[in-house]
Amino acid sequence: MAAVAESKGRGAALVMALYLLFLMLPIYWLLNMSLKTNTEILGAFSLWPRNPTLENYRTILTDPSWYMGYVNSLIYVVMNTVISITVALPAAYAFSRYRFLGDKHLFFWLLTNRMAPAAVFALPFFQLYSSIGLFDTHIAVALAHCLFNVPLAVWILEGFMSGVPREIDETAYIDGYSFPRFFTRIFMPLIASGIGVAAFFCFMFSWVELLLSRTLTSVNAKPIAATMTRTVSASGLDWGVLAAAGILTIIPGALVIWFVRNYIAKGFALGRV
Amino acid sequence: MTEITLENLAHSYLPNPSGDADWALKPMTLTWQDGGAYALLGSSGCGKSTLLNIISGLLVPSQGRILFGDRDVTGLPTMERNIAQVFQFPVVYDTMSVRENLAFPLKNRGLAADVIASRVAEVAEMIGMTGVLDRRARGLTADAKQKISLGRGMVRQDVNAILFDEPLTVIDPHMKWELRTQLKDLHRRFGHTMIYVTHDQTEALTFADQVVVMYDGRVVQAGTPQALFDAPEHTFVGYFIGSPGMNLLDARIDGATAHVAGTEIALAHGYGALAGKTQIGIRPEFLRLGAGGAGLPFTVKRIEDVGHHRIVRGQVERADVNVIVPEGQPIPADTDRVIIDPAHAHVYVDDWRADPARQERAA
Amino acid sequence: MEKPLNNRAWFLVLPVLALVAFSAVLPLMTVVNYSVQDTFGNNQFFWAGLEWFQDTIHSDRVRAALGRQILFSAIILAIEIPLGIFVALNMPKKGAWASFCLVTMALPLLIPWNVVGTIWQVFGRVDIGLLGYTLTKLGIDYNYVNDALDAWITVVVMDVWHWTSLVALLCYAGLQSIPDAYYQAAKIDQASRWKVFRYIELPKMQGVLLIAVLLRFMDSFMIYTEPFVVTGGGPGNATTFLSIDLVKMAVGQFDLGPAAAFSLIYFLMILLISFVFYTVMTKEGETL
Repeated sequence: MAAVAESKGRGAALVMALYLLFLMLPIYWLLNMSLKTNTEILGAFSLWPRNPTLENYRTILTDPSWYMGYVNSLIYVVMNTVISITVALPAAYAFSRYRFLGDKHLFFWLLTNRMAPAAVFALPFFQLYSSIGLFDTHIAVALAHCLFNVPLAVWILEGFMSGVPREIDETAYIDGYSFPRFFTRIFMPLIASGIGVAAFFCFMFSWVELLLSRTLTSVNAKPIAATMTRTVSASGLDWGVLAAAGILTIIPGALVIWFVRNYIAKGFALGRV
Repeated sequence: MTEITLENLAHSYLPNPSGDADWALKPMTLTWQDGGAYALLGSSGCGKSTLLNIISGLLVPSQGRILFGDRDVTGLPTMERNIAQVFQFPVVYDTMSVRENLAFPLKNRGLAADVIASRVAEVAEMIGMTGVLDRRARGLTADAKQKISLGRGMVRQDVNAILFDEPLTVIDPHMKWELRTQLKDLHRRFGHTMIYVTHDQTEALTFADQVVVMYDGRVVQAGTPQALFDAPEHTFVGYFIGSPGMNLLDARIDGATAHVAGTEIALAHGYGALAGKTQIGIRPEFLRLGAGGAGLPFTVKRIEDVGHHRIVRGQVERADVNVIVPEGQPIPADTDRVIIDPAHAHVYVDDWRADPARQERAA
Repeated sequence: MEKPLNNRAWFLVLPVLALVAFSAVLPLMTVVNYSVQDTFGNNQFFWAGLEWFQDTIHSDRVRAALGRQILFSAIILAIEIPLGIFVALNMPKKGAWASFCLVTMALPLLIPWNVVGTIWQVFGRVDIGLLGYTLTKLGIDYNYVNDALDAWITVVVMDVWHWTSLVALLCYAGLQSIPDAYYQAAKIDQASRWKVFRYIELPKMQGVLLIAVLLRFMDSFMIYTEPFVVTGGGPGNATTFLSIDLVKMAVGQFDLGPAAAFSLIYFLMILLISFVFYTVMTKEGETL
């Protein structure tokens, strides 16, 4: 209603402007640096690049040891998202529709995995995946990230599914749908936004995680984030390239946000409002 | 408590309304008398919620004035209008007890604790919630919550009017009747001006002394339920009020004679030259069935028995016509005529009732 | 409406169970195994009983890290929750400006954590960082590399920058679900701004706030990458939080036994505190 919006007024706009400025400044600074040469960065202090250059980006996009980092990251992130959603869907359905022996304990136990510090699992994961020959593969990282993404996906999807009236299931069964057909044809479209939200979160947490993905890879599946940490020490602090690499890691996230921008508010409530 | 006057009021949600269709509310002048029970009746999208929001101060009208007594409140915010409102979905403060809910408006106005306590006790008595005063509002049923919203309005002694925005929407059917009766009773005992917005004619007709019917952003008629029934000013009123609504038949009017479906019908009054689409309207209560002889040719399609009377649904040429047959009266199998009682037939020109007296003067 | 009892639902849960068993139970078993053994290298282990657990509980180093961790999480919650609510209250309800705010706010959440660290590491540097440079020019003695307090402030501000939006977005979602009628009723009742917040907005946000507090607590308690990139746990041990200390112990010094015992205690702590939070906040909700 107009009256409610009006009451927010200028003060609110000012608060938001300040907050967004606080959020954007550090990112702007990184962008600023990425467009400078190393000499300029270390030379005179300037708020914007005097001689903007894309040289840093060129370095990254032409060197396989750099750009393969992005490819690796994207591969395991997508794998993880697909795996997490696929296994979480039926489980979430079970939790939202039925009671069964030990359901509450199982749900809580699942959630506890979301609470497990990655640091605790780093070493055991390393040994486990090494012993079964999965070390330095994309699937290893994707599976490792399931540790915290599967519980989260189950939790989010359960929230959305509980919002769908159970009469719909019953009607479909009466109409002669088999469970798999009902689930894929009728039910999944109904919770499409929930699946989108869950996928968004899986993508997000897999994309931003570093400790496990670095521990489980060395060369072939090395994520971009790990490539960055190596280069900091090895190449004698090439700030420009580091900044450019940082900016490039922000882009996939920004793209994802752009696509889901209309669902963000709803999504962050995990379907539970 | 005061009289509420809408003076040449109109509203558009667009910044620069041009055509007729741009106005959500077309210009209207209307007075709501102090202590009256009014219903604002219309189908969804007719502008009744817009009008309610203008009265409550949530919207500022594009043109015209609203007066509470002699005071111009057009630009005043909700807070300064001293009105109370009960919304479609129950609004209660979940975390408070019933007592705290009722005391809330008074506390915000800084009244003394003992005054608040006695007012709350009084209002709880009125709405019949004395027993649950210390219950948390969260767990209550929808109808109890609606009563609390109403109580929050009535607890203030200076309230100018209580507005109801389709308050029974989420109430169980068997509770609707009870709540409506209670409302009516409260109105009789305390005499608040009440404005009740609804799209349900039963609610409107049983609650209100005066019903204001809106259609397409216009007030098409304001009057007692009896007046709306006897002389609908607009075909919409005829159709919307009554069950089933008024029958409308295309007709050519010639003085005191109507030509319908090739049959001449004598009217109770004479009319002058009428320009536009002319129809005659007659309620199903004032039609009789016949076999052969006088009347309009009529084909029976279906007979519904609704208990205290029967509804005969049929057609005159291609127009649907319903006839109500009182209990105990037979419906002959060879029914093929319908007979109009001229005293209750109205003539409509472009959907508005033609006034015979004025037409006669004009002629 | 009561859900029907159906034990065949277990079949639907099986894939999750198998996956989580593989990615959580097996490694956890390894940790338990280490925690009760000692090694002299060469993969030779022998039984050490609960020795490592006792050592960990009595270790000054772990206690110090735990103290820092609790302080950090407390500060983070004390800043981010109120600030997040405040930001959410000021967010526009709809329109292009609202979309812009949403997208911008979500951005820090999708930056890899080490990049977050890098951004702030650079941003705070006295020589080439906007923040460090500006503060120095203003005559403020700021250096997160040498000064423990400055390092703390930097890490806290970084976390606020990184995560406040999550709290704000959650609260915003809660606020969006409040029908306009509530605000209209509050106006009619002449409720003050504070009362609108206290009796309408806060109760409606309670569910999402629970999620926000839990997530922020768990994640701040497990924080590793961001402060590690910025300060490396220093100066000295000033910003060595539990995870940083644990990784130092396990990977740096390869003290598997103590690290494993440490891990288990760490894990149990998070479980316990989360459980307490959850119970208290849901209880509160019923009696509020």
